[in-house]
Amino acid sequence: MRTFTYVRAADAAEAARAHGGRDGSRYLAGGTNLVDLMKQGVETPDTLVDITRLPLDTVAEEADGALRIGALVRNSDLAAHPAVRVRHPAVSEALLAGASGQLRNAATTGGNLLQRTRCVYFQDLSMPCNKREPGTGCAAREGVHRDHAVLGHSPACVATHPSDLAVALAAADAEVQTTGPAGERVIPVAEFHRLPGELPERDTVLEPGEIITAVRLPAPLDGTRSTYRKVRDRASYAFALVSVAAQLTQRGDGAAEQVRIAFGGLAPRPWRARRAETELTGQALTEERVTAALDAELAAAEPLRDNVFKIGLARDLARTVLLGLTRP
Amino acid sequence: MSAGVLGSLEAGHTSSLRLRVNGEWYELSLDNRVALLDVLREGLGLTGSKKGCDHGQCGACTVLVDGRRVNSCLLLAVALDGARVTTVEGLGEGDGLHPVQEAFLDRDAFQCGYCTPGQICSTVGVLEEAAQGYPSAATDPDHPAGEPVPLTGDEIRERLSGNLCRCGAYPNIVDAVRDLS
Ligand SMILES: Cc1cc2nc3c(=O)[nH]c(=O)nc-3n(C[C@H](O)[C@H](O)[C@H](O)COP(=O)(O)OP(=O)(O)OC[C@H]3O[C@@H](n4cnc5c(N)ncnc54)[C@H](O)[C@@H]3O)c2cc1C
Ligand code: SF4
Ligand code: FES
Ligand code: FES
Repeated sequence: MRTFTYVRAADAAEAARAHGGRDGSRYLAGGTNLVDLMKQGVETPDTLVDITRLPLDTVAEEADGALRIGALVRNSDLAAHPAVRVRHPAVSEALLAGASGQLRNAATTGGNLLQRTRCVYFQDLSMPCNKREPGTGCAAREGVHRDHAVLGHSPACVATHPSDLAVALAAADAEVQTTGPAGERVIPVAEFHRLPGELPERDTVLEPGEIITAVRLPAPLDGTRSTYRKVRDRASYAFALVSVAAQLTQRGDGAAEQVRIAFGGLAPRPWRARRAETELTGQALTEERVTAALDAELAAAEPLRDNVFKIGLARDLARTVLLGLTRP
Repeated sequence: MSAGVLGSLEAGHTSSLRLRVNGEWYELSLDNRVALLDVLREGLGLTGSKKGCDHGQCGACTVLVDGRRVNSCLLLAVALDGARVTTVEGLGEGDGLHPVQEAFLDRDAFQCGYCTPGQICSTVGVLEEAAQGYPSAATDPDHPAGEPVPLTGDEIRERLSGNLCRCGAYPNIVDAVRDLS
C-alpha cells in the first residue's frame, strides 16, 4: 500500500478543505471498500480524510414523514431502524441481504452508494481495465463476465454497480444530499450513478471533493408495500446476480395506483424500470400484464456471451415479487 | 503501556493514537497504513485474531470495537484513536472462559481451530445484536422492531455467514450458539 497523510475532520467544511478536490485525496468512511482497494493497489491516495467523526450519524424524521439518513449511519443500524423497517421494508431487506453482520456494522450509507464495482479485472492490476486505468481496454467484454451488465453498458465498460441499498433507494425515489465546491445539491438516487459511456472511470455524478451528507427517503403513500429480493450463487454473504426492489400502492379495486421497480445486477446503476412502471400504472396486476410489461422493459437488454440468463431471471424474479405484493 | 510498533520511516505518514485493548490502554505510534489486525498480531502479540483473507471475505479477523463485531483486517488503526477493542484473548475474566468459549468447547465446535477466534467474537456480537432486536435476513418481517430476536437455526446460520470455516464445523457451531440463546 502506498503511504499517505491522514487527516481527521470534525465537520464537512474541514473535510472539504483537507480534501481540496485533488486527485490524490479520498474520504474514509467505514473503509470496507476503500481500504480493501488500497491493499490491492487499485486506490492509491496520498491523503486520506477521515470523515467518521462528522456529526452525520443519525436518522431524523422530517415534518412530511420523510426520513433524513445521515451519510455515516451504519448499514446495520439503518436496517434495524424502526421507521425504516415499518415504512421501507425494501430498504431494510436490501441492507440485510448485503455483505455480512461484521461488514454492515462498519459500512456507512454514503460509502455503500460509492462502493466500486466487483468486476474481477477492476481489482487485478495485471489486466486491462478502462475503469481503473482509462484507455487500457476492457478485459471483461470477452473475458469472465457472467456477473456483468446487460443494460446501460458501453463498449468501454460492462461492469455493474454492486450496491443492494442503492437499488432499494432508487425504487423509493430517495435523494442524495451533498455539499461541495458548488454548494449543496440534491440528486435522485436513480440518477446518482452514471452510465459509463466514454468515461467509465467516473462511477457517479459527484464532483471531486463533494461529500454526501445524507440520503432523503420520502414517505410512501398510505398502504404502500415494498420488498427486495436478491438472487445469488449462495444463500448469504454474496453479491447479487440479479435483484429487484419493488414498491406497490393499490387502489380499492386492486389496480395499481403507483408501482416502482428497480433492478440490481443488470446495469452500472440501479435500473429503474420506468417503461414497465408506466405500463402497469392504473392496471390490475395480472400475471400476463406483468410479464408483458417486464418483457417490454427488458427488450432493450444487450447481453454479453455468458450472461443471457440474467434477462429471464430478472423477469421471473420481478414478476414473482410484484404478484406477491398484490396479495396481503 | 506504550509500544512503538510498525513505525514507518517517512515523516508525515505516521500517527500517534491511543487504543484500549482488552482493558489496557496502549499509546501507539503507527504507520498510517497499518490495519487493526496487524497492530493486534504483530504489534501487541495478540495472535488470537487470525488473518484468513485480509479482504473482509472470511471473518477470521473478527474482533469487537466499542462492543460491535467488525473485520479488523479492513479497519485502519489510525482511524480508531480512543476506541475500545476486545479480542478473543480479552473475553474471559482472568483465567475463566467466556460462556461463548465454554459453549464452543462443550459442542466441539471446531476442527483445526483457525476460524474459531473469529467465530467466537462474532457470536458474542450476534448475541448482543439479537438481544437488542437487530434483525437479520432470516428475521420475520413482522417481528416487532426492537424486541429481542429468538436465535433459531436459520437465524444463527444467516447471522454467522460472515465467518467461513474451511473445516466445515458449521453444524456444531450452530449447536453451540443455540445453547447460548
Ligand atoms: C466481502 C464483502 C462482501 C460484500 N457484499 C456486499 C453485498 O452483498 N451487497 C452490497 O451492497 N455491498 C457488499 N459489500 C460492500 C460493502 O457494502 C461496502 O464496502 C460498504 O457499504 C462501503 O461503505 P464504507 O462506509 O465502508 O465505505 P468506504 O470504503 O469508507 O468508502 C467507499 C468510497 O466512498 C467514498 N465515501 C464514503 N463516504 C463518503 C461520503 N459521505 N461522501 C463522499 N465520499 C464518500 C470513499 O472515499 C470511498 O471512495 C461487500 C463488501 C465485502 C468486503
Ligand atoms: S467491465 Fe469495466 S471494470 Fe470490468 S474490466 Fe471492463 S472496464 Fe474494467
Ligand atoms: S482476514 Fe479479515 S475477513 Fe478474512
Ligand atoms: S475449524 Fe478449521 S477453519 Fe473452522
